[in-house]
Amino acid sequence: MAAMFIRVDIADSVQDDPAVCQQLVEVCPVDIFELDDGGRVRTVEDNLDECTLCDLCIDATQPGQIDVVKLYRE
Amino acid sequence: MRFYEYEAKQVLAGYGVALPQREFATTADAAAEATSKLGGPVVIKSQVLSGGRMKAGGVKFADTPEEARDHAAAILELTINGLEPAGVLVEEKRSVEQEYYAAVTYDGRAKRPLIIFSDMGGIDIEEVAEQYPDHLSRTHFSASRPFSDFTAKVAVASVGVTGRDLNQLTRIVAGLARLFLERDMTLAEINPIGKLDDGSIIALDCHLDMESEARNTHRALLQEIGVPDDDNRQARPPTQFEIDAANVDAADTRGVAGNLTQFDGNLGLIIGAGGGSLTLFDAVRAAGGSPANYCEIGGNPSVSKAAALTKLICEQPQVEKIAVMMNVVSNTRVDIVARGVIKGCIEAGFDPAEKIAIFRIPGSWEEEGFALLEKYGVEYVDRSVSMHEAAERAVAKMGA
Amino acid sequence: MSILVDENTTFIIQGITGREAVTMAREVLDYGSKLLGGVTPGRKGRDVHGVPVEDTVRAFTERERVDASVVSVPPAFAADAVNEAIEAGIKLIIVVTERIPRKQVAQFVEYAQQEGVRLIGPNCLGVISPGKSKVGGVGGAVDSARRAFVPGSIGVMSRSGGMTVEIANSLSEAGLGVSTAVSIGGDAIIGSTYAELMPLFDADEQTKGIAIYSEPGGRAEYELADYMAESGSKLPVVAFMAGRFMDEMPGMRFGHAGTIVEGKADTTAEKIANLEAIGISVAERIEDIPRLLKERIEG
Repeated sequence: MAAMFIRVDIADSVQDDPAVCQQLVEVCPVDIFELDDGGRVRTVEDNLDECTLCDLCIDATQPGQIDVVKLYRE
Repeated sequence: MRFYEYEAKQVLAGYGVALPQREFATTADAAAEATSKLGGPVVIKSQVLSGGRMKAGGVKFADTPEEARDHAAAILELTINGLEPAGVLVEEKRSVEQEYYAAVTYDGRAKRPLIIFSDMGGIDIEEVAEQYPDHLSRTHFSASRPFSDFTAKVAVASVGVTGRDLNQLTRIVAGLARLFLERDMTLAEINPIGKLDDGSIIALDCHLDMESEARNTHRALLQEIGVPDDDNRQARPPTQFEIDAANVDAADTRGVAGNLTQFDGNLGLIIGAGGGSLTLFDAVRAAGGSPANYCEIGGNPSVSKAAALTKLICEQPQVEKIAVMMNVVSNTRVDIVARGVIKGCIEAGFDPAEKIAIFRIPGSWEEEGFALLEKYGVEYVDRSVSMHEAAERAVAKMGA
Repeated sequence: MSILVDENTTFIIQGITGREAVTMAREVLDYGSKLLGGVTPGRKGRDVHGVPVEDTVRAFTERERVDASVVSVPPAFAADAVNEAIEAGIKLIIVVTERIPRKQVAQFVEYAQQEGVRLIGPNCLGVISPGKSKVGGVGGAVDSARRAFVPGSIGVMSRSGGMTVEIANSLSEAGLGVSTAVSIGGDAIIGSTYAELMPLFDADEQTKGIAIYSEPGGRAEYELADYMAESGSKLPVVAFMAGRFMDEMPGMRFGHAGTIVEGKADTTAEKIANLEAIGISVAERIEDIPRLLKERIEG
């Protein structure tokens, strides 16, 4: 089932730094991020709604690179 | 976790307690065969996890294998307090001159294990305690130090038993106390212990309850006596709804969403945590509501876990609406539970605004949770509405 | 005043690097409690929210005064952790862990009694003296703990952690507030029962009344009634009894490990009759607790 409550937007610039991509995978307590075969970070649809709004992904990146969108606030 | 008598006696035998010759049988023919083997009059006892077997007709005497076959056939068909027997225990019949009672349990007040002993066995021990207090002794001992036989002796001697009987009974009670400690029992009871016409003393029945939390510690013993890992030995066998809920809880270690017990009403309950569930279940009934289930959520379950439990409850045909209620929460998050129940409703094919009669979970992250509920049109209340008032509102919606 | 813990209480968390304990550490530090650090074997040298992690309890007790320890380790290690804290000389031990087998609880409770150690729990959320210190997860994050636990005059004792917060919240909203709230634990054997904590509340000038939450199973409510009769305690006590439906369901366990109806004395009906006979009011609803307490205090 598609995520209903949370969407996470990843800016293209994140993909330029493999270390940051890896960092995102590691910091998220509910495994929202994974790397594709090309080493690019992407979100895991099934886990998006588990987001605890902890902001660890935002802290791990430059301002504006990660946007956690609360779909129910839109 | 309660043991069947035939299992309990197997455990007891390992602690040097004398027992009647016996065979466990699951068919009438096997019971007849066991009777031939034992070679004399026998007693046939239903193996069911319930008291009151004698009164219910679950205990019968037979002199011949044929008679044993007939009785066993009848007992195997007989449900007692809603429970089906696992089989019958066929035992040699002994003539008993005097009955005793012995039990070991924890006394939560003294915070120590306790031996209860009486020379009035075979009858309800609460009745003995009330009417014949001189015939009952209560003897505490340490759970830390190795059990010493004198404690058992004191328990037996305190009701006036002496002579050879005292020494025989001391051995039995000491064995029971060691079993209790070593096997992590919460109750180990022999009622009755019987003194036979030849003067020997043996255990005629045995009731053991093992602490569920200690099951893993005693896996070898459980395997030896043939208790399957998934056999939870509740007071009644679980329904499919309950099994499904247990699977939801077991599938995800994040928080609790389960401990579900089915009831025959139409209002599905998603309630928590431990004490909150007890309070809310009472509140729903006090308001005239008829719950479809009891359950417990807590410990901050994941969205998918809360959703899976919600979906399961919504899918029960008897459930018309659900009420989502908890006490003011500390570690469980309001928004996470709100996401879970909304998702579960939608996955089950229902509109959350219609299906959820009320949402009353105040506490951590409530602003976020309330915003979410608002979006989906679910009626919610904050802590200014009490648990009882919330239950009343949910019940009022059921008639509408 | 208050009981058990106040603004000067120093404590550690055993098992501080666990998922729940990390959150608890954050909460108690935010609340202003004097958390010195914590113990997780093999993690010496790390820190959690700025407080140090050590391998042993003695590492703390040898260098500073440690008034209390919160034990938040998995059930298989809990007895060992409690024994370590007792041996190190800590005099107040709060055991959060649930599902510790009863025999082990009986063993460490006996050890604690011998050493003069006050034990709270197992299977509890801790102790809070509002405005002074929060020792354990009770009340959750700082803002919600401050909202539910306003400093005041009522002592709270509860066999349920969650209901400790619910009842405190009702007392805070009604303007009575809380002197100290103790989540005493939901197990069949616990370190401190209502009757064992009552003398502390009796001696506390801040406490003007007591609210208790109770359930089917066990004899703690009888012990409390006996204490009230024998001690001549003048504190008004209001009880709330949950799990009334369980009276009809003997042998079934609900809620907590200690909550089961096995004999008549375990039922809520029997307990309520016994409490009322000694003059303890039994509230039908949570929101009746503050009202009944006000009536009794002003009485």
